Amino acid sequence: MHAIETHKLCKNYNGLKALDCVDLEIARGETFGLLGPNGAGKTTLISILSTLTRASGGRALVAGLDVARQQSAVRRAIGIVFQDPSLDEKLTGRENLLLHCSLYAVPPADRAARTDWALDLVELTARQNDVVRKYSGGMRRRLEIARSLLHTPQVLFLDEPTLGLDPQTRDHIWVYLEKLKQQGITTILTTHYMDEADRLCDRIALIDFGKISMVDTPRRLKRRLGENLITLMTDAPQQLLDLLKDMPGGNHAAAQVHDSRLVLTVDSPERALSEIFRQATAGGIAIKSVNIHQPTLNDVFLKFTGRELRDEVGGQGDRNYAQMMRNRK
Amino acid sequence: MITELEKIYRLWEREMKRFFREKSRLITSIVTPLLWILVFGSGLRGAAFGAGGADYRIFIFPGILGMSLLFTSMFTGVSVIWEREFGFLREVLVAPVSRVGIITAKSLGGASTAMLQGVILLCFAPLVKMHLTAGGVAGALPVMFLMSFGVTGIGLTIAAFMDSMEGFNLIMSFAIMPMLFCSGALFPLDTAPHWLRIVSYFDPLTYGVDALRHILLGPDQAFLPLAVNLGFMVAFAAGMTAVASACFSWNRK
Repeated sequence: MHAIETHKLCKNYNGLKALDCVDLEIARGETFGLLGPNGAGKTTLISILSTLTRASGGRALVAGLDVARQQSAVRRAIGIVFQDPSLDEKLTGRENLLLHCSLYAVPPADRAARTDWALDLVELTARQNDVVRKYSGGMRRRLEIARSLLHTPQVLFLDEPTLGLDPQTRDHIWVYLEKLKQQGITTILTTHYMDEADRLCDRIALIDFGKISMVDTPRRLKRRLGENLITLMTDAPQQLLDLLKDMPGGNHAAAQVHDSRLVLTVDSPERALSEIFRQATAGGIAIKSVNIHQPTLNDVFLKFTGRELRDEVGGQGDRNYAQMMRNRK
Repeated sequence: MITELEKIYRLWEREMKRFFREKSRLITSIVTPLLWILVFGSGLRGAAFGAGGADYRIFIFPGILGMSLLFTSMFTGVSVIWEREFGFLREVLVAPVSRVGIITAKSLGGASTAMLQGVILLCFAPLVKMHLTAGGVAGALPVMFLMSFGVTGIGLTIAAFMDSMEGFNLIMSFAIMPMLFCSGALFPLDTAPHWLRIVSYFDPLTYGVDALRHILLGPDQAFLPLAVNLGFMVAFAAGMTAVASACFSWNRK
């Protein structure tokens, strides 16, 4: 049995397809990432899987339970950390956790021990008796992660777990999540940070405009782009590409031109570079900057969706779409 | 069943903790009714109201008690909009707790806070030389409970359909104030125009205030029989809980 299974899962908001026939299978114990820009449909998918939103069509099973028909059983089986905080600010950290224990019917005898364990995991034991209003953003997120684990869920949903947090806190949260992974919990994580998906996820789904365009391991996704990428900034990327089409060790078909940027896939960057400069000098094309790197998930996303993940500006159409997605909340 | 009751108890406990940690809410909710009784009531004292021309301050005392219950419990119900905006509602809605359980806990919370304020207000009765008996106070408590329980349900039902607190002024103008003015809290209904009396029958506050007047001031000050008032309020409290629960289950987008 899979931890998550969806078949042709759809969601429409006033004629707008927030989710468009999504088929997914997520194995038990897997850490699965949903990678996409704002408004791509990530949060909608999580809301349906967590029984908060009804699907317009299709079917979804979580831990073998139907999200439409077995709501209470699904709720007991899952833990969620929402994108927006959902703590009671006037209660203390510990009170928030104990309330969660009783709402999920954790046996009273286990509550104190579970709460202590969870507070210790996210290093909040010292601040447990402060009201949440006094917590920083990072502490709140950590408390929410602790809370989501109290009833030993089979599947954990994390909606943008490190959005808006400083690098140090992000790193801490990643360490907690890695600890959980060792305990074998299935985690579904949405993010638009590539490094996060790269570090934590066994498999990643690229999602954009409500559709999943590709599912694979981060390594294989990146390997689809070749081993090494050279990014050149120049005023004449297309001309330069034409000059380089017979370059040995280059993969002309994989080359991409975006505005004044030329991205080349090569076997050996060292050998390719001298050839590139020789051709550019001969053709009178100025190269402003060179960047050699291994493919990142951002490159992957750019390649498969034609959009950059952090490209918040985007076209007007994209912006309207993202705005509509936000407004429906 | 027992676990479900415990969940309701814990959610109610949360409402209580929040109430006691927010002192300003408690203070303002006492000051407003006192202004009504002591200032407004004294201003109109010369005019004779009610059977036997009772002191107006005494006449409106049960009405102002009802008003303060109305405001507090309505606010508790509507505060769910706030919790939706600032997140805590999601934690509760995604937990394995029945919608009826969530609504009941919230209504119990609203009723408890409203009753606490009501009791504090009753302590000021001697200021207007109103004579309170132990029996009167004991009788008023269940009435106060039923009324605020039901009104919280109205607030919750409204909250199920509203996305932000921006609409709170609308609720104030189109729900709270009409309920207050049509209820006979501030004037006797038996001398009111016919149309107003008809309207008042559709106002749940009418029955609550009338019952309080009956219990606190005596049967001759009441407009309807006590049994009718009590019967209506039991039905009202149960009915609003059902309606609010249904709205919360139905309004899952």
